[in-house]
Amino acid sequence: MNPLAGCLLVSSLLFSVGLAGALTRRSAILVLAGIELMLNAANLNFIAFWRFGPHPEFLTGFVFVIFSIAVAAAEAAVGLALIVAIYRHAQTSDVSEITEMKG
Amino acid sequence: MSVAVAPAFAADQIFVALKYWLVLHTPGPFQTLVSILLTIIPIIVVFPALFAVTTVLERKGLGRIQNRYGPNRVGPWGVFQPLADAVKSLTKEDIVPRSADHVVHYLAPLVLVATAFLAFAVLPIGRNMTAVNLDAGVLFFFAIGAATELAVFMAGWSSRNKYSLLGAMRAIAQMISYEIPLILSSVAVIMISGTLSTTRIVDEQAHYTGTVAHWNVFTPWGLAGFILFMIAATAETNRSPFDLPEGESEIIAGYFIEYSGFKFALFFLAEYLEMFAVSGLGITLFLGGWSSPFSFLAWIPSWIWFFGKLLALIVGFIWVRGTLPRLRMDQLMNFAWKFMLPMTLVVIVSAGVWRFLPAGVAGSAALGGVIRWLVCALVVAGPYIALARVLERGRKIEKRTYRYAE
Amino acid sequence: MRMTLPFLILAILTLAGGVAAMTLRRLVHCALALSVAFAGLAALYLNLDAEFAGLAQLLVYVGAIAILIVFAILLTRGGDSDAEKSFSPAGIGGAVIALAVFAVLAWATETSGIAHPALVTPPPESAMREIGLALMQRYVLPLEVIALMLTAAMIGAVILAVRERRNPAGTESAERPGLGA
Repeated sequence: MNPLAGCLLVSSLLFSVGLAGALTRRSAILVLAGIELMLNAANLNFIAFWRFGPHPEFLTGFVFVIFSIAVAAAEAAVGLALIVAIYRHAQTSDVSEITEMKG
Repeated sequence: MSVAVAPAFAADQIFVALKYWLVLHTPGPFQTLVSILLTIIPIIVVFPALFAVTTVLERKGLGRIQNRYGPNRVGPWGVFQPLADAVKSLTKEDIVPRSADHVVHYLAPLVLVATAFLAFAVLPIGRNMTAVNLDAGVLFFFAIGAATELAVFMAGWSSRNKYSLLGAMRAIAQMISYEIPLILSSVAVIMISGTLSTTRIVDEQAHYTGTVAHWNVFTPWGLAGFILFMIAATAETNRSPFDLPEGESEIIAGYFIEYSGFKFALFFLAEYLEMFAVSGLGITLFLGGWSSPFSFLAWIPSWIWFFGKLLALIVGFIWVRGTLPRLRMDQLMNFAWKFMLPMTLVVIVSAGVWRFLPAGVAGSAALGGVIRWLVCALVVAGPYIALARVLERGRKIEKRTYRYAE
Repeated sequence: MRMTLPFLILAILTLAGGVAAMTLRRLVHCALALSVAFAGLAALYLNLDAEFAGLAQLLVYVGAIAILIVFAILLTRGGDSDAEKSFSPAGIGGAVIALAVFAVLAWATETSGIAHPALVTPPPESAMREIGLALMQRYVLPLEVIALMLTAAMIGAVILAVRERRNPAGTESAERPGLGA
């Protein structure tokens, strides 16, 4: 197996693990963690294609990963703030118990 | 006019030469391994030895400041005290609370010490003496430092003790708040040097105009940046007066309250290693790393310069610890976000002005240099005075009245 | 050109961290395992000569996001949640969906031509200087947009997480003292 295929395989495994976690876990925090894992899997793909692609000198995939990390930081901050706010309101962070949309 | 320095080269490069000699005289297949070991082992030996020296120095120094003797029983003037301490911590019973999370409780000190050692990998402790010459050395240092926060949380949470959890929360909040000024004050140096590599940052400073070196601390933005960096470093390493996470009078010892014996010693070691590492980075960024301040002192080997500067900063840390009282939590946070953060931004602006002002005006290099120096100093001092006025507004400073004590 | 041993070790470490993060019972253990996965990925980036991306990953994910997650767990009293309730009844369905997604992705990787030709490009010069120039020249607009977005996210997170001062009657329970809030 060549390194690019290895990277792609690892990243698809990681994506599936994150997806399974996001779908099965009940804690909202772990759902967010699963989404982060999926995002990271995508980042690994970008790095792999940048490294083994035909034009690494353009840095396209590389710069995309840097921006993606920044976006992930913002996403985690807002997402976790939302979870804390919901917990304060509903006294739970279990996604299957938060069923009301009315405040 | 820059003068390259080359005298006393043999003494300067003795360790580098020794390493190459040893590597050359090992059989082929083991050369890589031996080279790696010869890079790692000195770091693992030298800095813990420095830790031992520092504990004596600190206890003696604090004793002097507080009008007492300090340790003076083991050996002449108590210099063998670290050996006695080591024997004590190794033979003490290792107690783990019954309700503790055993795996995390066990891992926390190991992670902390490992990350503390990793930080030394990018510090140039002498000419040609950087363990790993990374292109992004400064970034590596801060990235590794970020992992210590997690180790602190592991220690505080796994102990199942409210004091340790409180201490860990305080420590993390403090480390995150002061990491920002720490990084931002290094950004000014990175901007001027145009590189993230610690080796090249030192190389940039190891030139001389006349007899004076190009250290960053000799510029207005560098001086302000260095002071801000060292304040943030004190907070980052939980040293007094920022030692709220361990504040023994309120939360007993903070996040390592439930550790004893060897693991406690590891926490102690990690704390001092972090102090050395962050001081080493301060030396690298602002104090010219291994270079000498004046060209006529350049015959002293580079590694002596580095460790001399390190010892001077350690003495400064001890002095500050013996002098200043501990801050309150709100004072700590206000200081970080209302003073340190704006001032580091001002320092970055000043560094930018420094970069784009010409060094020579009308053919006179000296006049241009002086003008540039004064303008940059003004860029730092103006906002500093304005900020201090705003922060002090409405605050009456008067003689303190004591309610319960006279 | 084959996969190297360090790559394999790091990949296994990352995947083990990810699996542990998604299956462990205790939320704090999950967060710690997640940070292992993040650190493993950072090491993978370093292994792929993406020095800056790897260190940024370590700084942001391990230094900031893992800490944020841990704080959120403690603020939502997740540190002592009971173990049995942590999986939802739809667990098997979710696992099946994830397996199917993995099967499709792996099939696509195997059959597509792009993964197979032996690409022997030399390691690119990922010098900091090139990255800085790219960020300041070619990608300067995205960079500014990211800065704006981070500011907006920061303000939004503060507004969301800050405790409401004026509570309407009946929701007094929201005023419970929390850790470090």
